[in-house]
Amino acid sequence: MILVETFLLALRCLMRNKLRSFLTMLGIIIGVGSVIAMVAIGEGAKARVRDAFASMGNNMIMVFPGSTSVGGVQGGAGSMPSLTWADLEAIRNEVSAVRYVSPILRSQAQIVSETANWSTGIQGVSPEYLDIRAWKVTSGTPFTSSEVDANAKVALLGTTVVEKLFGANEDPVGSTIRIRNVPFLITGVLERKGQSPNGQDYDDALLIPFSTFQSRIQSGMRGRIPGGLVVSAQSDDLTSTAERQMRALLRERHQLTGTQDDDFQIRNLAELAAAQQEGTETMTTLLAVVALISLLIGGIGIMNIMLVSVTERTREVGIRMAVGAHPWHVMLQFLVEALTLSLLGGLVGLAVGTGVAQRLSLQFGWPLVIRADIVITSLVSSALVGVVFGLYPAHKASRLNPIEALRYE
Amino acid sequence: MTAVMEVRNVHRVFRMGDEELHALDDVSLSFGKGELCAVMGTSGSGKSTLMNILGCLDAPTSGTYLLDGKDVTHVSRTTSADLRNRFIGFIFQNFQLLPRTTSVEQVELPLIYAGLSRKARRTRAVDALTRVGLGNRLDHHPNQLSGGQQQRVAIARALVTQPQVILADEPTGNLDSRTSQDITALLQELHTQGMTVLLVTHDPEMKRYVNRVISMKDGKVESDVTQQAEPIRRAEAA
Repeated sequence: MILVETFLLALRCLMRNKLRSFLTMLGIIIGVGSVIAMVAIGEGAKARVRDAFASMGNNMIMVFPGSTSVGGVQGGAGSMPSLTWADLEAIRNEVSAVRYVSPILRSQAQIVSETANWSTGIQGVSPEYLDIRAWKVTSGTPFTSSEVDANAKVALLGTTVVEKLFGANEDPVGSTIRIRNVPFLITGVLERKGQSPNGQDYDDALLIPFSTFQSRIQSGMRGRIPGGLVVSAQSDDLTSTAERQMRALLRERHQLTGTQDDDFQIRNLAELAAAQQEGTETMTTLLAVVALISLLIGGIGIMNIMLVSVTERTREVGIRMAVGAHPWHVMLQFLVEALTLSLLGGLVGLAVGTGVAQRLSLQFGWPLVIRADIVITSLVSSALVGVVFGLYPAHKASRLNPIEALRYE
Repeated sequence: MTAVMEVRNVHRVFRMGDEELHALDDVSLSFGKGELCAVMGTSGSGKSTLMNILGCLDAPTSGTYLLDGKDVTHVSRTTSADLRNRFIGFIFQNFQLLPRTTSVEQVELPLIYAGLSRKARRTRAVDALTRVGLGNRLDHHPNQLSGGQQQRVAIARALVTQPQVILADEPTGNLDSRTSQDITALLQELHTQGMTVLLVTHDPEMKRYVNRVISMKDGKVESDVTQQAEPIRRAEAA
C-alpha cells in the first residue's frame, strides 16, 4: 500500500524534473550500455574466432616436415621432407591421444571438364581426412579405404571447383574430369566450408586418395610425405598430450638426441584457438571493468542529485512528518526515487547497449551475443548503485527535525 | 473529565554554546475536550515551543506530557508521527502546502500515512474540502489559490483525519482582516463540532472569539482566563 504510493510519488517527482532526471540517469545509461555493448562485442569476436577454428577441423594438429639449412640458407617449411609413411603408421598405431591421422600431398594442377577448366590445389588424402576436418559430403559418397588401396581415380570436389567447372547448381557426381590428362570420376561434392581466418577459400579444393596422388600426380619421393600430416586428437583436452606424444615419437624415430632441433614442426590449432579466445576474453573483461567504473560514476551523480533534492524538499519533508510520515516513509520515498533513477537508467542502457551491439554485429558480420548473466548483473548492479548511493541522502532526509524542516526557506 | 492534553511541570531548555535558554519554565496546563483556546504572547515568550511539544514535534527537557490520558513524553520518532497523524491537525501561518500538488492531494496526504485506501482517501478529502467551502477547487494547485483559500486547504488537511486537537500557529498571520475573520469563523465551527482548538497568536483581536486565553511571558504562564466566546458570522459562507 504505502510502497505503491511511494513508488508513484517517486515517479511523479522524477517526471517533474525531466531533464535533471535524464541527465542523472545518463551516467547509468552509459555505464550499463557500454557493459552490454562491450561484452556483446567481445563475445561476438570470440564466437567468430571459435567458428573460424572450428571450420578448420576437429581438435586438429598439423605436422609439417622440417626445413633444410645449407650453408646458413634456411630452406623453409617442407624443404626437407623428413616425414615418412612409416612415421604416419607409427603415429596411427602408437600415439594413444590421436584418433585420426591423414597425409596431405599437395599439388597445383589444371583440371578440365567437358565445358570448362580451372586451376586448383589438389590434395591427396586418406578417408580419415574428412573426419579430421569435420567436412561432410553433401552429394555422392566419400572415398573408401578400398578405393585408396586400389589407387582408384576418384575425386571429391569443393563447391568453388564445382561452380567453375560445371556451374553453380549442377550436380557433377558421376561426371568425369581430367587432371593432367588422367580421367577421374567425381564421386562426391564437399559441403561448403567458407573462408579460412586469413581469407583463403576452403571450397576451392579437390581431394583424391593419397595413393592415386602418389601414382598419378607426384613425381619421386615415394617413401616420403612432402606435404605433411593432419592429425585429430581424441578430444579437445588431449590436443597438447597428442602433440607431446607425437613430438617424442618422431624425435625417437628420427634419432634426434637431446640438443638437436626437431626436423619437423607441429602446429596445434586447438591450442592456438584457445589462446586467441583467451586474448579476446581478457579484452572483454577489461572493457567491462571500465564500464563498471562508469556505472560507479553514475552512482555518484545520483547521490549528488539526491542530496540536492533532499535539500530542495526539506520543507516538504517537514510537512510530511507533521501530518504523520514515519522517518522510514521519508527514507523509502527518497530511496525509491534513487532506485527508480538507477533502474530506469539501467533499462535504457540495456536497450541502448543492445542496439549498439546489434549494429556492430551487423556491420562486422558477428553473431549477436547478449549474455543473460551480463544483463542480469548489470541491472542488479545499477539497482545496487541506486540503493547504495541513495542510502545516504535518504537517511539524511529521514533524520531531519520536523520543526526545523518546516521553517526551512 | 480527562483532559485531552495535559502538560505537567514542563521545562524546555535550549543550549546555545555555553548559554542555556529556558523556552519553557515549569509550565503546567490542561486542555479539555472542545475548548477553543488562544495562546498569546510576544515572540520568545515560549508559545511556539509549547505548541511544538503539544504537537509531538518536540519533547520537553523535563516534565510530563499526557495526550489523551497517555504519557507521551518520551516516545520514538515513529510513535510521535503516529500520534500526530491520529490525534492532531496542524495549521501553520504560511499554510505549508506542497508545491505543484492539487488541493485534494494535499488533503489526502495524512490519510496516505494513516493507511487508507485510495477510494476512501478521495471521498474523505473531497468531503473535508467541501466543509471548508472549497468543493469547487479540488484540482487547483496552491499557486492558483488565494491566501485564504490556501489556508482553508490546510484546515481541510488538518481536519480530514478527524483529530481531537487542532493546533493553529498564527493561522491568520499572513491574511488580510476580512479573510482572517473567515478563517477564525471556520476554527470556531470546528470547535463547536467538538474539536479542541488551540491557536497561537499575537493578534489581540483574536481574544474576543475564544473561550480561553492563555498569556505567556518568558517561558511561564502569565495568565489563564476562561470567558464567553463572541461568535463571528462567516462572511464568505460556503
